[in-house]
Amino acid sequence: MKILVCITHVPDTTSKIQFTENNTKFDKSGVQFIIGPYDDYALARAVELKEQLGASLTVLNVGEAETEPTLRKALAIGADDAIRVNAFPSDSHFVATQIAAIAKENNYDLIMMGRESIDFNGGMVHGMVGELLGIPSVSPVMKLEVDGEIVKMAREIEGGKEYLEAKLPLVAGCQEPIAEWKIPNMRGIMSARTKPLQVKEAISEENATEVTAYQLPPAKGAVKLVDKDNVEELVRLLKNEAKVL
Amino acid sequence: MYSVIRTIFNEEHEMFRQSIKDFIAKEITPYNAEWEKNKMVSRESWKKLGDNGFLCIQAPEQFGGLNIQDFRYNAILVEELGLSGCSGPAIGYPLHNDIVFPYILHYGTEEAKAKYIPGMISGDLISAVAMTEPGAGSDLQAIRSTAVDMGDHYLINGSKTFITNGYLADVVVVAAKTDPKLGAKGISLFILDKNMEGFSKGVPFEKVGLHAQDTCELFFEDVRVPKENLLGKVGEGFKYLMTELAQERLIVGLAAVALAESAFLSTLEYVQQRKAFGKSISDFQNTRFKLAEMGAKLEQGRMYCDQLVSLHNDKKVDPAMASSAKYLLTELQCWVSDECVQLHGGYGYMWEYPVARAFADARVQRIYAGTNEIMKELIVRKLLK
Ligand SMILES: Cc1cc2nc3c(=O)[nH]c(=O)nc-3n(C[C@H](O)[C@H](O)[C@H](O)COP(=O)(O)OP(=O)(O)OC[C@H]3O[C@@H](n4cnc5c(N)ncnc54)[C@H](O)[C@@H]3O)c2cc1C
Repeated sequence: MKILVCITHVPDTTSKIQFTENNTKFDKSGVQFIIGPYDDYALARAVELKEQLGASLTVLNVGEAETEPTLRKALAIGADDAIRVNAFPSDSHFVATQIAAIAKENNYDLIMMGRESIDFNGGMVHGMVGELLGIPSVSPVMKLEVDGEIVKMAREIEGGKEYLEAKLPLVAGCQEPIAEWKIPNMRGIMSARTKPLQVKEAISEENATEVTAYQLPPAKGAVKLVDKDNVEELVRLLKNEAKVL
Repeated sequence: MYSVIRTIFNEEHEMFRQSIKDFIAKEITPYNAEWEKNKMVSRESWKKLGDNGFLCIQAPEQFGGLNIQDFRYNAILVEELGLSGCSGPAIGYPLHNDIVFPYILHYGTEEAKAKYIPGMISGDLISAVAMTEPGAGSDLQAIRSTAVDMGDHYLINGSKTFITNGYLADVVVVAAKTDPKLGAKGISLFILDKNMEGFSKGVPFEKVGLHAQDTCELFFEDVRVPKENLLGKVGEGFKYLMTELAQERLIVGLAAVALAESAFLSTLEYVQQRKAFGKSISDFQNTRFKLAEMGAKLEQGRMYCDQLVSLHNDKKVDPAMASSAKYLLTELQCWVSDECVQLHGGYGYMWEYPVARAFADARVQRIYAGTNEIMKELIVRKLLK
């Protein structure tokens, strides 16, 4: 069995987000990058499946050279090898096209990734990859077991869960609690450097969309404290000032 | 923002650092308050460190180790534990890795290594080193515990005090007199096992700080210690101590800067939030100057540490250099934590504030691993040689 996990290289959730060039470019200076948290869940589950099924596990990122430490971290967590498609991940369609091209070459049985990235939050790549490969794509998957050719999954739906099965090959967009995040252990860190990391050129593909501008949420106002006995004042403020009631 | 440009670490070190940070956030910080109440960390935390391969990384492969001879990893562990402000863990785990383990690795017999190293790597065996006695601290040559050669074993009698990791310890490196008539040359080192008959322990001490540290007394009453538990040669214990204490002092210095940084970072936040006279505390010139002084000295301290870590990797840190580091950096830590309390006003004296704990935790750093007065003695001996 061959598993591919696609990971994003995203700003740490505690980073201060800023934009440059007239709010059209993300300002990377001083930002610490991590494996996308949802991708990290997918990776953690894939590592468990690898151990359980004796599968091979490849991680893939579409990104420029700066993303290699993130791929190395995935290797330290337990992937066998890594592929970096050397291109700026400009939009969902572009990224999905690159992933599909690699998947066609290597015939993976199971392609896992996060339900969405936490930088641009498109949540589209898994669906597009499934479409481009002509295989099912399921998201958001919170439980995933492989039983022979069959994948048994649980999805989160409004107010409950949906249980479903599908045949391999398959694409899964994952989220917690599919597995617990894994911290690279010492052995993993030491072996990451010697595991293969292949760099591939991107296949040419036009962007389907173009970002015209980003906008930050408005700055938070000062906190107003209301005495615990003064519920009426609280209601008045919520109604007239915050306008949430 | 306080940050120091550092040049001694590569990509793997940074990955390791991030792993340690994540590990601390998940497995240490959430439990530290409970551990402080219990006067000790959990045994489970040791196992988790072991499971992740964070204990005794320099151990040879034949014992299940990773054989990593790069002190920068050890330094990162100390640093990140210190930065977390969890002082008990910051002192106890590195003591096992970088202070006790080297005695067993460098001077242990093959039998002893095979018996103890695998457990020390996995976290099943927690270790301590016992030199100090009620009647002998700085004056180590005056210890009174004795080890008598009985032919097929040694018989050990005596007691030790203020032993870090003592209460939880399964394995203890003990200094005892094999020849009470001699001073330094009468001292030998032994590995004692908590299961040995006649070996007992006191309860953890009530200390000013380091509340999650299970510092306690140890008692030896006719403890039969097998011959293979002698470390190195008879009468050479003092020499081994002097050799290995350099690394111990360096570790204390590294922890000092990181713990001070932790107090400093929480103070940087506090002074910007707290208001007085219609301004932030950080707007007053006194505050600004104090922050600048601390920031500058911590930066200097950090660069000094990095240089020492590099030199130590090349085995170029001699005992006097390690003494200088221990002395200067623990003084720095005490000064910084005191200034940080002052900038917090009354809140700085309240236990729930990290800075209050940092202040209490800092004090002992000038006392153990050799008092700073003894450090000065070692420094000046080299100067006047
Ligand atoms: C929390 C804690 C943890 C510890 N952990 C350990 C441990 O794990 N293992 C271990 O073996 N020990 C440990 N110690 C003991 C520690 O190393 C000793 O307390 C220390 O070496 C000082 O010895 P002492 O307490 O006997 O003080 P003393 O030696 O009695 O010193 C009292 C004072 O006299 C000064 N003084 C002594 N001799 C001289 C001199 N020649 N010139 C000038 N001044 C001098 C000292 O600097 C000090 O100020 C620990 C202590 C504490 C508090």
